[in-house]
Amino acid sequence: MTTTVETATGPAKTMVLNMGPQHPSTHGVLRIVLELDGETVIKAVPDLGYLHTGIEKSCEDKTYSQAITLTDRMDYLNPLGNNLVYCLAVEKLLGLEVPKRAQYIRVLLVELQRISSHLVWLGTHAIDMGAMSVFLYCFREREEILKIFEFVSGQRMMTSYIRIGGLALEPPTGWIDRVEKFLKMMPGRIDDYESLLTGNRIWLGRLKGVGVISAEDAVAYSVTGPTLRAAGLAYDNRKVFPYSSYDEFEFDVPTSNDSDCFARYMVRVAEMRESLKIIRQAIDKTPAEGPIRSEAPGIIPPAREKMKTEMEALIYHFKIFTEGFSPPAGEAFVTVESPRGELGCFIASDGSPKPLRCHFRSPSYINLQALPKLVEGQLISDVIACIGTIDIVLGEVDR
Amino acid sequence: MTESGSQPTNVVVAGLRAWSTNAIEEVIEFRGETTVVVARKNLRGVAEHCRDDRALQFNLLSDATCVDRFPLEPRYELNYHLVSIPLRQKIRIRVRLSTHDPVVDSLVPVWLGAGWLEREIFDLFGIQFTGHPDLRRILLPDDWEGHPLRKDFPVEGYRDIPAIATRYTRNRP
Repeated sequence: MTTTVETATGPAKTMVLNMGPQHPSTHGVLRIVLELDGETVIKAVPDLGYLHTGIEKSCEDKTYSQAITLTDRMDYLNPLGNNLVYCLAVEKLLGLEVPKRAQYIRVLLVELQRISSHLVWLGTHAIDMGAMSVFLYCFREREEILKIFEFVSGQRMMTSYIRIGGLALEPPTGWIDRVEKFLKMMPGRIDDYESLLTGNRIWLGRLKGVGVISAEDAVAYSVTGPTLRAAGLAYDNRKVFPYSSYDEFEFDVPTSNDSDCFARYMVRVAEMRESLKIIRQAIDKTPAEGPIRSEAPGIIPPAREKMKTEMEALIYHFKIFTEGFSPPAGEAFVTVESPRGELGCFIASDGSPKPLRCHFRSPSYINLQALPKLVEGQLISDVIACIGTIDIVLGEVDR
Repeated sequence: MTESGSQPTNVVVAGLRAWSTNAIEEVIEFRGETTVVVARKNLRGVAEHCRDDRALQFNLLSDATCVDRFPLEPRYELNYHLVSIPLRQKIRIRVRLSTHDPVVDSLVPVWLGAGWLEREIFDLFGIQFTGHPDLRRILLPDDWEGHPLRKDFPVEGYRDIPAIATRYTRNRP
């Protein structure tokens, strides 16, 4: 389809091009309607909803503990982070305190998840830019992280390991050794990716000065995460509104002032190194023994041994898994820092065992809103770089 | 946690009260979170004040969402979650809307990020935002009937209703 429009250089014929929904570089099913003047993008209109599965509606029909498995499936590169934000929101609603040991293990796993998510981002983005080998290296290391998750929880991806009040199971013996092994191996591997990409002329040519958004614009569009930090604003929920004992950890929030695609790449690589630092501290802090769930009869399922010896424990177990528990009426909104930005969970309770409303503030959805701002006036090939460096997961965009 | 958390937000409430005596209808404190309930006609003004006032500086609209309390009235509750990045504060602004008149001023002129959040609420709850530059469905198809996150919309949908079933077979011989 072509139409004539007035541009700065006089009348020009524009073409409307459909990018997606089945386009390899959109990392899912995203459709963007691009209006082009030659190779220059005049207008970009994202069209979403191809993966909409009604997760928020489904949550209203499940008890509080049943809904955890749905949260895994939103952002499938960050299932543990989704579990965490949902559980923190329910715990806030209940006024529940989680044992320190469980909090540290949560931090450790979520930081491993952050590295694995950034690895998938780096690998797929490198493929988009034409560098095949980086993808294979990134997935090699991601596999190690998924093996750790499988060892700890029994599942590679949809772990549902973080539960309301703590964790699902006691982690198996020897799991710390595996994390230690990973910690030893990883810094050198990050150096390898950097030696392949950071000084690479094609990589620099495709990313430097592309997709610039100022910090003011980013905040106005509610953009968070590495995209905002690459614009120079050190807004990180782990520092600003600490949760799960993040205030006890020492780490830096990497920022950059260039706010282009390359700055976002540098910020994410630096974040992987910071995550390694946090994991190191989490290993040192985590006591070898101790409770992994808080004591709250009627809310947290009792230990297996107790159930076999105590009448009350058996009754509680039965009641928790048949009718669920009822938090007091009220609302809770919790935000955490997911690999993509500020991930929030809003739960409204009316005092019944099922949430009245469960809403997720998904960073991908809100960051994607700024895409037209990033790409309008740029070349069509830059659209791919911009979509890549915002780092969207369509499962989370559409929910 | 509640002590240190509620102290700064009370400053927010005091600041809003000092700005306009009738801007706030109700203040709700629950689990260290402050909710400020405002009248529908004051929403835009309160939002602008929250963003621009030097003592508040709520520059980030973190989230906007709706709760349907059907069959209670007023049925809809719009919740806007604001964050002040410079002052490290959070607040929730709430507006209540009735079944018969679910219309409210759009906050896109205040925070551009409200654009898609309001489109999502329009799509799933059927709330109208006056002054929104592009109020279309965002997650559901354009020809979808109803607003699925309303409480009177069944979880399994309306798939047995003939009107919807025949739409896709109408043009077949």
